[in-house]
Amino acid sequence: MPSPCAAIRVRDLDKTFRRPRNRVHTLKERALHPFRSGEYDEQHVLRGISFDVAQGEFFGIVGRNGSGKSTLLKCLAEIYRADAGRMYMAGRLAPFIELGVGFNPELTARENVLINGVMMGLTPREARARFDEIIAFAELEDFVDQKLKNYSSGMQVRLAFAVMVQADADVLLIDEVLAVGDAAFQQKCADTFYRMREEGTTIVLVTHAMPMVERFCHRAMLLHDGVVDAIGDPGEVARRYLELNFSGPTPDREALGLGTQGARIVDVWIDGPGAPRTHTLAHGEELALHVAIEALEPLAAPAIGVWLESEEHVRVFATSTDRGGGLGPLAAGERAQMTVRALNTLRTGHYGVGVSVSRASGGGELDALGRAADLIVYGGDHVGGLVDLQHRVELTASLEKAAR
Amino acid sequence: MSAAEVELPLAPGAREMHGPTALGAGWRRLFDLTWLLAVTDFRLSYFGSALGYVWSLVRPLLFFGVLYVVFTKVLQVGGGIPHYPAVLLLNIVLYNFFAEATGASVQSLVVREALVRKMHFPRMAVPLASVLTAAFNLMLNLVAVLIFVLASGVSPQLTWLLFPFVLLPLVAFAIGIAMILSSLYVRFRDVAPIWLVVSQLLFYGSPIIYTIDKLRERSATAAHLVMLNPLADLLEQARRWIVGPSAAGAVDAAGGPVHALAPLAVFLGLIALGFWLFLREAPHVAENL
Repeated sequence: MPSPCAAIRVRDLDKTFRRPRNRVHTLKERALHPFRSGEYDEQHVLRGISFDVAQGEFFGIVGRNGSGKSTLLKCLAEIYRADAGRMYMAGRLAPFIELGVGFNPELTARENVLINGVMMGLTPREARARFDEIIAFAELEDFVDQKLKNYSSGMQVRLAFAVMVQADADVLLIDEVLAVGDAAFQQKCADTFYRMREEGTTIVLVTHAMPMVERFCHRAMLLHDGVVDAIGDPGEVARRYLELNFSGPTPDREALGLGTQGARIVDVWIDGPGAPRTHTLAHGEELALHVAIEALEPLAAPAIGVWLESEEHVRVFATSTDRGGGLGPLAAGERAQMTVRALNTLRTGHYGVGVSVSRASGGGELDALGRAADLIVYGGDHVGGLVDLQHRVELTASLEKAAR
Repeated sequence: MSAAEVELPLAPGAREMHGPTALGAGWRRLFDLTWLLAVTDFRLSYFGSALGYVWSLVRPLLFFGVLYVVFTKVLQVGGGIPHYPAVLLLNIVLYNFFAEATGASVQSLVVREALVRKMHFPRMAVPLASVLTAAFNLMLNLVAVLIFVLASGVSPQLTWLLFPFVLLPLVAFAIGIAMILSSLYVRFRDVAPIWLVVSQLLFYGSPIIYTIDKLRERSATAAHLVMLNPLADLLEQARRWIVGPSAAGAVDAAGGPVHALAPLAVFLGLIALGFWLFLREAPHVAENL
């Protein structure tokens, strides 16, 4: 558990990249254009970042591409020098931000482990002493003397991760890991992270994977355009991240809808509890899905169908106005609205809302949108399947031993 | 979003961080990494090929052979120089070290971009490793030189023991130049072709195929100019210590103690410039690559 002491303190950190507009790469250019060097493009990447990370805390940093999170990590790792602000660090900081730094494909695993170990801050003697443990953890005993170029990418990651575990750092800074490796090794990595958490290693993780943030992190921080947008509970930060990420307009209706004759879809939106017109929803929350249509000609008994699709285009759920007893006749220009209320039992993920309007239930489609709205579900990582059906589990203990 | 942050006390032993430097993170780590990078490079250059080390010896030997034939048989330059073949080979091997070390250092930071951008370490380890790799080659080549020197009839003498006092300044000079080149290359990419030309000029601008006294017989000014180059003084001193007192030695070759101060100033000045440039550039190398 995190102790009440800060292992990392960052105050008012500022970083600007200055890149020459026409990059003077050669002495000749400099000689020809001696005054051009004054022109710089300035990228103000970090604008006054302040935060603390407690000792033993697993701290997540999230943000969209270009938000400054990798730059921040590189400043923390002392790879970049910040322009202003102060940073303090307690304990031994792992000097790398990526696994497998310095791996050479032409050398054997044995040599690479020694090299990588020294890169990660061990002395050559320590690296040799821990060699067996590292190979055992990576489960690569049979391939020790093979060149690394003959390894699969999964095997390389296993080796790199194993060296990192042995690197003895009090503070680890990690940029996007664990994307590779089979399920069994992923589990091993997860176990290792939990163990490190318990042993009091301070870990700062930069990632795009919200499930990882919610699963491992004690706290998280969201960077947006170089400032701290949110900091605190990982669930809340993940939710804010998804909001930022998907706050753009929903897919262009003109491109998708037929909508020129009979009827058109006017609006599709989702309300969450206390969050009107949202795109993000926690697992277990009530959602209200609204569809508004407009009749372009008199319709006797129009029907609206809606469905939810997973990212893999699996239709998870579908319903229609039939379930509400059917819509009455609409005059030309008249609007109607359908609302579907449901408990969100979906697994964490990104879903699309599809809508269609037809002349009558069962046929004569007038307008349709394959992706009328986006729905991002978080906090449902524990769900094993695509949805968590309403269910209960009964357990009975048998008094007799099973017959042999 | 969350409740107002409560300020935690900073853990005991916390240090303020200042970003990357040329020498930071401790001498021990600088040494470990330099050694590791150099040994890895050295091994990689030989273990891939069937004949390995032989190749690094064949090149200077072949070069020596050609020069020897041209200058003693065709142009008949080396005639009056005692032990000319031994001196020529020694000079070529020493120059070869300098050219190899500085040549490899030019692009060293860019070649190791992955390391520089992903890891905190004393940046100076990179050019130092280039020089160290070349030094490993030099040590092996010097064994061949020793055999040749003995075979060509130079009698062993006590001054051979002073040879490290030529080698150490030579390595220091190579390090200084490596610092200048590697830090400049990050900003100016045409340092590479320029240095190719300069190191060619240095070959002819140093007493390698000739000796300084032969040059002085023709033009005293040219001799003074050549001796401004610290490499020239080191080669002359090496010649004196290896083949004996018939050779001038650095101070006499430069034209007396007063004249010897000029190359000494160049030597120290370039090394100082190298360190100054590298210390200045090191914090920003990762972002400027």
